[in-house]
Amino acid sequence: MASLIGFYSLIFGLCVSFLIILFSIKNFRNSNIFDNKIISLTFLQFFLVIVSFLSLILSFVKSDFSNQTVFNHSHTTKPLFYKVSGTWGNHEGSLLLWLLVLTLFIFIFLLKSKEHNKQYRILTLLFQQIIIIGFFIFVIKTSNPFNYIFPVPNEGLGLNPILQDPALAIHPPILYLGYVGTSIIFSSTLAATSLNYISKEWAKHIKQWILISWIFLTLGILLGSIWAYYELGWGGFWFWDPVENISLMPWLALTSLLHCILVLEKRLALTSWVVVLSISTFTLSMCGTFLVRSGILNSVHTFANDPERGLFILIFLFCLIFLSLFIFFFFHKTKNKDSNSFFWFSKETSILINNWFMIYFLTVVLIGTTYPIFLEVISSKKISVGPPFYNKLIIPFLIPFLFAMAIGPKLSWIKSDLKNKSYLILFLIISLLLSAIIIKSFNINFLINTILVTSAFYLFFITLRDFFIKGFKNLAQNLTHFGFSLLILSILFNNIFSTEIITNLKIGETFETDKYKINFESIEQKEEQNFKAIIGKFNIKNFDGNIEIMKPELRIYNQPNIVTSEADIKTNLLVDKFMTMNLVQNQDYFNIRYQIKPFMLWIWFSVTLISFGGLISLFKKKYEA
Amino acid sequence: MKLRIFPILLIVFFITIFFIFYKGLQNSNIYTPVVNIEKNIPSFKSKIFSTNEKISSEQIFKGDKFYLMNIWASWCVPCRDEHPLLMILSTQKNIKVIGLNYKDNKEKAKIFLKELNNPYDKILLDENGTLAIEWGAYGVPESFLIHNNKIIKKIIGPLNEDLLLEIKKLAE
Repeated sequence: MASLIGFYSLIFGLCVSFLIILFSIKNFRNSNIFDNKIISLTFLQFFLVIVSFLSLILSFVKSDFSNQTVFNHSHTTKPLFYKVSGTWGNHEGSLLLWLLVLTLFIFIFLLKSKEHNKQYRILTLLFQQIIIIGFFIFVIKTSNPFNYIFPVPNEGLGLNPILQDPALAIHPPILYLGYVGTSIIFSSTLAATSLNYISKEWAKHIKQWILISWIFLTLGILLGSIWAYYELGWGGFWFWDPVENISLMPWLALTSLLHCILVLEKRLALTSWVVVLSISTFTLSMCGTFLVRSGILNSVHTFANDPERGLFILIFLFCLIFLSLFIFFFFHKTKNKDSNSFFWFSKETSILINNWFMIYFLTVVLIGTTYPIFLEVISSKKISVGPPFYNKLIIPFLIPFLFAMAIGPKLSWIKSDLKNKSYLILFLIISLLLSAIIIKSFNINFLINTILVTSAFYLFFITLRDFFIKGFKNLAQNLTHFGFSLLILSILFNNIFSTEIITNLKIGETFETDKYKINFESIEQKEEQNFKAIIGKFNIKNFDGNIEIMKPELRIYNQPNIVTSEADIKTNLLVDKFMTMNLVQNQDYFNIRYQIKPFMLWIWFSVTLISFGGLISLFKKKYEA
Repeated sequence: MKLRIFPILLIVFFITIFFIFYKGLQNSNIYTPVVNIEKNIPSFKSKIFSTNEKISSEQIFKGDKFYLMNIWASWCVPCRDEHPLLMILSTQKNIKVIGLNYKDNKEKAKIFLKELNNPYDKILLDENGTLAIEWGAYGVPESFLIHNNKIIKKIIGPLNEDLLLEIKKLAE
């Protein structure tokens, strides 16, 4: 029953799209006043998608296995929380979530843009409806969440246990808010370009959408990373996995867009940059969807592979790309030619430099992610591009990037000079000395490390100084830059100072190094609702006499029958201690990994700080306006 | 003119990317488990099907001969399909076919062999399926080509004509 309602709501939702288009075109031509019927229709569409989404949730909660999606991804013994989160933990449900956010955002957009030009609003709505229709057809045609199975199975196949994690339950909705938010930016930019509406006011208004998408995208990536760290049990937080890269690419584009829109808002320059970046941000999100959903890439995210789906998104994606290229080349006019040539020592130039770096990082990630596909098609060789590629190409360029991030905000618009800037040199010397001391005292003497740490410290101190001197002025920008320096520092120290012990132990055995003594005390078994746990107890003696008890787990899930390894992680302010154990086949000993990972908490904290900066910027503009 | 060339180049570029992605879609990307090629065979002890005598792996797989170890069961339908091919292999002088009877009823297995003939030089018993796990098998039927105590090829699922030719070539 719920499935039926859900399915028909979707069909009606699609029909409403055509109504909206009809009314919009009529309104666009005839009157000068925005027709409020359109807003009601947009709300109706949003409401229908909500009904559809709720009925899917209901099917999951009731474990209605006549629904194929529920059958494939749920099980009666699953806790309620994961039944609900299972709704978007699969391909069909997650697309429904896309659709939900798409319709929600355009509704909010119409409500929030009342002071703007009627034609601009309608055109944005039309572009957004093209995307919405595309997704409606995609959901109904190739990935219907309400397929019926007969005879009705008694039991479902269960949710993959590695997806049964609180961070991952909220990760897709948050990430989607970010991804789909870029669709509004895309539609609105296309509309503004075709109407030649790009202005300072437009920049101010679209900046809010950029900030919202950016905040959610940042948080979404953070949650995904936290999930990978706690659940996958590999002791890392970023693996340069294709799916991670796919979320990083729109983020990079969006970040540089955020900087460009500031220039546009202040000086009405860099319009081409803004248009191109808005288009590429959304196409990159779509491209990500294509790469993940079509199964063209291998990664930790295993969605069902279906070439038909891939083909649909591919064609849709390229239609959008060609549409935007067409609009860009035919309608886009650079308003003021000389406003694009800046004095070399100014804020504008430094933002431009920042953009070029961002584009470089973006290109590296894009090539690294898609190159295996190209190579396979052209020469049928299979390769995988791993962390060394990204590290080699990105890390050296972080150094000038960090310096530019520190100095850029200190410059003034239009033209800047070196007066009262002596502290910049002073801080450089301090950072250099500090990092030299740190690197030297721990005996890891690589030049690149010293310079990297120096540049990160430089940004750190300069932003820190601003908190004291400028107080609440420019707080948002300062906070995000500060957060970024903290992030780079934490990642660097995490990389440099991590240690790891891998060994095989039987119960009762002890493993000793010069620093640690690991004793495998015992194991116990525990029955839980949908898994059986084998918990090991380890006694770890530090060289300075501290004793730590670690209890990593092995979980044997009943549905589907999968063994997962649950790491035991002891977190404190400075250091994470991380232990996993794994079965060795047909042997009575376990494979033990014990890792000391400094500053893990600071990585999460700094990313939160970065997105918090975005949040402040969002609200600050609101009450100033 | 400069402005005209750029959009055209860009469009050509995107069309190329489209076709590459389109081609890429057709390549299947389903994970194939890493095959245990060139791994030493596990050493084990087992019972012989007909006599219930105990035998160790060292006694079965000797030196430089080629062996095809085939995991089968009377309840397994694809095993029936591949059986004629095993019969052909059993006539080859340089390959010995060894059977591993997997989680089977002995009487039914005997009837199966009576009906379809016995291609196996020796048949080992794996009543509870533990031996198959040690070999890293995924299911029945499955075959391992063994030479010098090493697995040189692993075939998941039933044999077919092409695989048969390949096995013959490898054993030459």
